[in-house]
Amino acid sequence: MYRYDEFDHRFVAERTSEFRGQVQRRLEGSLTEDEFKPLRLMNGLYLQLHAYMLRVAIPYGTLNSRQMRMLAHIAETWDKGYGHFTTRQNIQFNWPKLKDVPDILDALASVEMHAIQTSGNCIRNTTSDPLSAVAPEEIEDPRVTAELIRQWSSLHPEFTFLGRKFKIAVTASDQDRVALKLHDIGVQIVQKDGRTGYRVLVGGGMGRTPMVAKELRGFLPREDLLPYLEASMRVYNLHGRRDNKYKARIKILVHEIEIDAFRDQVEAEFVQMDRSAVAAPSEEVDRIIAYFVPPTLPPQAEDNAAIARMRKVDPEFDAWMRRNIHIHKRPGYRAVTISLKPIGGVPGDATAEQMRAMADLAKSYANDELRVTHEQNIVLPHVAVGDLYQIYRGLAAIGLDAPNKGLVTDIIACPGLDYCGLATARSIPVAQAISTRLADRQEEIGPLQVKISGCINACGHHHVGHIGILGLDKAGTESYQITLGGDATETAALGERTGPGFGYDEVPVVVEKLVDTYLDKREAKETFLQTYRRVGMEPFKEALYAA
Amino acid sequence: MLLDASGPIVDHWTNLDDPEFEIQQDGQVIVPLHRLGQALERRAATGVLIPNDADLEELKPFFNRLDLIAVDFPSFADGRGFSIAVRLRDLGYRGRLRAHGPVIADQFAYLLDCGFDEAWVPDAVADRQPAEQWLAQLGKITHVYQRGRPGQRSILDQRRDARVSAG
Repeated sequence: MYRYDEFDHRFVAERTSEFRGQVQRRLEGSLTEDEFKPLRLMNGLYLQLHAYMLRVAIPYGTLNSRQMRMLAHIAETWDKGYGHFTTRQNIQFNWPKLKDVPDILDALASVEMHAIQTSGNCIRNTTSDPLSAVAPEEIEDPRVTAELIRQWSSLHPEFTFLGRKFKIAVTASDQDRVALKLHDIGVQIVQKDGRTGYRVLVGGGMGRTPMVAKELRGFLPREDLLPYLEASMRVYNLHGRRDNKYKARIKILVHEIEIDAFRDQVEAEFVQMDRSAVAAPSEEVDRIIAYFVPPTLPPQAEDNAAIARMRKVDPEFDAWMRRNIHIHKRPGYRAVTISLKPIGGVPGDATAEQMRAMADLAKSYANDELRVTHEQNIVLPHVAVGDLYQIYRGLAAIGLDAPNKGLVTDIIACPGLDYCGLATARSIPVAQAISTRLADRQEEIGPLQVKISGCINACGHHHVGHIGILGLDKAGTESYQITLGGDATETAALGERTGPGFGYDEVPVVVEKLVDTYLDKREAKETFLQTYRRVGMEPFKEALYAA
Repeated sequence: MLLDASGPIVDHWTNLDDPEFEIQQDGQVIVPLHRLGQALERRAATGVLIPNDADLEELKPFFNRLDLIAVDFPSFADGRGFSIAVRLRDLGYRGRLRAHGPVIADQFAYLLDCGFDEAWVPDAVADRQPAEQWLAQLGKITHVYQRGRPGQRSILDQRRDARVSAG
């Protein structure tokens, strides 16, 4: 794992001290509310429906047990005893007081964490694959690149007052676990002619105008990464629209001038700029690589008789093993998904007690590492097969043993009208009702991603849900639009609307009708998405709207 | 208020943003882009105020005859001016570069890092944010990650130096 050196420590400490001063200057009147707002946002502080919300970055989703314990401490000391893991590998605290925020930032800094650029019109937390250093097919650990981008993007003097927020994701796998094509820039580590470099995608995003990213560069030599990002950002900063915040993302610019013209501008900028002055020295890349050397994992047998026996004895453990375990590049090891989606629970929430228990398990069994996934779950990345039952028992003791990774109850949902100042409808209770209604059938239904947003900004990723649910306000009443066929992976697609929306109480029944239609139409081992792609919208539409 | 990294400075320039204003033969004047040709016919020093969507390539032929380029910031939140400054420096402009508009003290280091020499802010900003706040801001973040910024030694380079001296 990356560790701060003296420079990183000083940087975060100085940034926290700067923010402390900004809060003071706001109170004294040196800064107007309009001036203070972007400054506080760039330090992760939102003003929500009922209170301030602090969004803390978990860069590329990786944290250790000490950091997780600090999150628990913050939840208990300055919040209401819980936190909410988000789709962009952040954690949100929903009830901090403004006066406490500088203290919280100091507490975070003490464990090498911060809330820098988790909001505002700047380059946000760089996200990456939760199965980094685990997935057998990955080319290298993508977090090296993500860390390089984290540093480069931190308080970038040129790109801190962009037209709109800017999100970058990095993966080194052809199996997309980061929603690469739904990012402003997606960086994929690829190999060509024996060289490792980058494929760069641009212009993806969700929100009110969802778009799938397009290829900007098929192969970029490694050393050109930062200059190329800088050139891309400069073109966006100069030419992205500023007249309408809803048209200010880079996806709109790429769409309006088209990818070829955008690429021409980026390449022209890239050619004329002083690339060597911007690029990271290879020594710096090597320095970061050293933090991500694969962990020393003692050899383990791939098959474990005790675990095999427990699977026979304990059917619930067996179900969990079937769903929440991922193969590992090292034989005898697995990655474990801790589902933060207990049946009927709030997606992504964890209490301080649960955070501490997860930290303990990571420390004892997973090389002291945890990962946050964009599906709002937690991964223990390096677990010996023989320890799986202990982990399962540990999770069961804190109610985090739901065997539902990727199933219909593993729902992504935004905070919605329960917290968010932008929301037009509730999301969390809708997720809870769907989860409760379909829990008993989830294994029979198989892989099915339900994603719920409480407004058009799409924080709940509804556009890329196999079943997407968008809550709107229709003349004072919540109305939920349904989309089908969305996909956030390497086969990315945007969902298609079924038709008129449904009332709040109807949504669980609507989802059940869609599920029944799928089960009726599916052939062999088809998933919901495969069946939808084969049979199309009609049968589902008929199930929902025919009298 | 006009200030650079040393603090408040005297503004020797007259800003002729009134389109009707007559350009005198003498004196340092800043003119809007569309009056640049007229101003450059004089011998006295000339500056130009450009909007933040100006085509910089068109300005390039005049670089040697311009003593100052002022980049308009219609609002502190409109960050196009930062990229304009970087690009002007990349294109070879070596004269004085001024940020013009209601930028705030909290942006001062970013402005200088992008190649600006000075910032002119209206009284409405200067009254709330006196020069001490601007200068104090310069010392807030003592080291930055980005390379290629004037006057800043990147953390990445400092790490390399430390490694070399450690052998």
